[in-house]
Amino acid sequence: MYLTREEERALAGEFGHGKQKAMEILAALGDIYGAEKLIPIESAQISGVSYKTIGDAGLEYLMDQTGSVAVPTLLNPMGMDRFRWSELGIDKHFFEKQMAIVAQYGMLGIDAQCTCTPYYITSPQRGTHVSWSESSAVSYANSVLGAWTNREGGPSALASALIGKTPNYGYHLRENRISDVSVKIDFRLSGADYGALGYVIGKVVKSKVPAFSFTSKPTNDELKALAAGMAATGSVALFCLEGARAHQETIELVPAEVDLYSSGEPDVVVLGCPHCSRLELAEIARLLRGRIVTKPLWICTSRHIASRSVSLITQIEKTGARVICDTCMIVSPAFENRCMMVNSGKAFEYGPSLCKSETIIATTETCIDTACTIH
Amino acid sequence: MLHRIKGRIISKGYAEGVAVVTQEPLSFLGGVDPKTGIVIDPKHELKGTSIAQRILVFPTGKGSTVGSYVIYQLKKNRVAPAAIINELSETIVAVGAIIASIPLMDKLEVDPITAIKTGSKVIVDCVQGFVEVDV
Repeated sequence: MYLTREEERALAGEFGHGKQKAMEILAALGDIYGAEKLIPIESAQISGVSYKTIGDAGLEYLMDQTGSVAVPTLLNPMGMDRFRWSELGIDKHFFEKQMAIVAQYGMLGIDAQCTCTPYYITSPQRGTHVSWSESSAVSYANSVLGAWTNREGGPSALASALIGKTPNYGYHLRENRISDVSVKIDFRLSGADYGALGYVIGKVVKSKVPAFSFTSKPTNDELKALAAGMAATGSVALFCLEGARAHQETIELVPAEVDLYSSGEPDVVVLGCPHCSRLELAEIARLLRGRIVTKPLWICTSRHIASRSVSLITQIEKTGARVICDTCMIVSPAFENRCMMVNSGKAFEYGPSLCKSETIIATTETCIDTACTIH
Repeated sequence: MLHRIKGRIISKGYAEGVAVVTQEPLSFLGGVDPKTGIVIDPKHELKGTSIAQRILVFPTGKGSTVGSYVIYQLKKNRVAPAAIINELSETIVAVGAIIASIPLMDKLEVDPITAIKTGSKVIVDCVQGFVEVDV
């Protein structure tokens, strides 16, 4: 891969050890994936924040890092709400390790807001390049926002953040941003149905680029759920909505294939995977109006959205439900070894493996009804 | 007799050691114990084998990108491989080897999985870009 003189100097260690290692990583990835050069990025978003996922290995690595990021950088969710951790049953040991991780990212100049929906804080401009690693945000950025990103891992996104560049390959190249399989859905879907659809389609298309044609026009929140589901069961990082392009391969589903819903008696109901938008919080508040929860109901969102939705959260919490920030049911140890009910295709996929929790998927309405059922 | 094979340098350095070879991809997160350097993945053919100070030869990495940090932790605990040879490196192992300063080479002229046998002495020269195998 071609390096500019400035990049060569970073590689030679002239800007410190941290930038040298970061440049070595980008140069190696560029060689592996056949990039011709590095290109500037507008922002970075780094996964591998929860102590539950990166453990002492990640913490030790971060503790040894110096320097500061070259572009605005946000973090993925961590393992707890940074203020309400004890309510979640998080112990002091976990709390201290978690805060050490977040503090260390902060030392690198990273904005320690922890969310899988960084685009609610700052949305990248259409056509700009970014290095994001949260898989649902990658797919949402590529497909809905029109920004260009590969599906980075945490360490490679951190290297890109430190240098402010990424190797020009994969979804940074126009020729790879073309759909290669059609998905035809000629029945109506709404709300959580899109997350369930994502769960089903991800398994089938794996890393392909699906082009959807829908009968009903999905909202951005529904596309977020679709992106998250496909990125969890497959590695879909881009999808299209035009649907008109003809592909050799066409997938047609019947309603029963997308119906993953079941009722059941969960210990806990958790919403907000990916983190709730303000509109989703408003919908939850509406469904909860005049009711009292009888089963723990947790709702995950970003601190950014929460701080702009104070009256909605007051309404929600009046019912006994709890709105938590910075974290989610998958990366927090608070939801392990339980039976969870969720409205998310992504959480439905990861609940059994990453939380060892039996996981039931249901519509948002069923989730709320279940949390409010009188026994 | 030493047999010299050229390859592509992914992470710089030089190491000599005894090879551990597997034809199965390897996940470091959950697959290798960072305290001991022993493969713990119950389904892996290397289960129970130590990769500490060895020349570890495997096709490619798999699993979580947290695996990069596990490679770093192995190095800090002095139980990392002396060098790694892949058929084709991917992000997890490449990043892990670079941050841990472990020599890593891939795309050898011949398939390393068949050319190198477990127990052979190997030199990995990731400065000049070749491995030497005692055959």
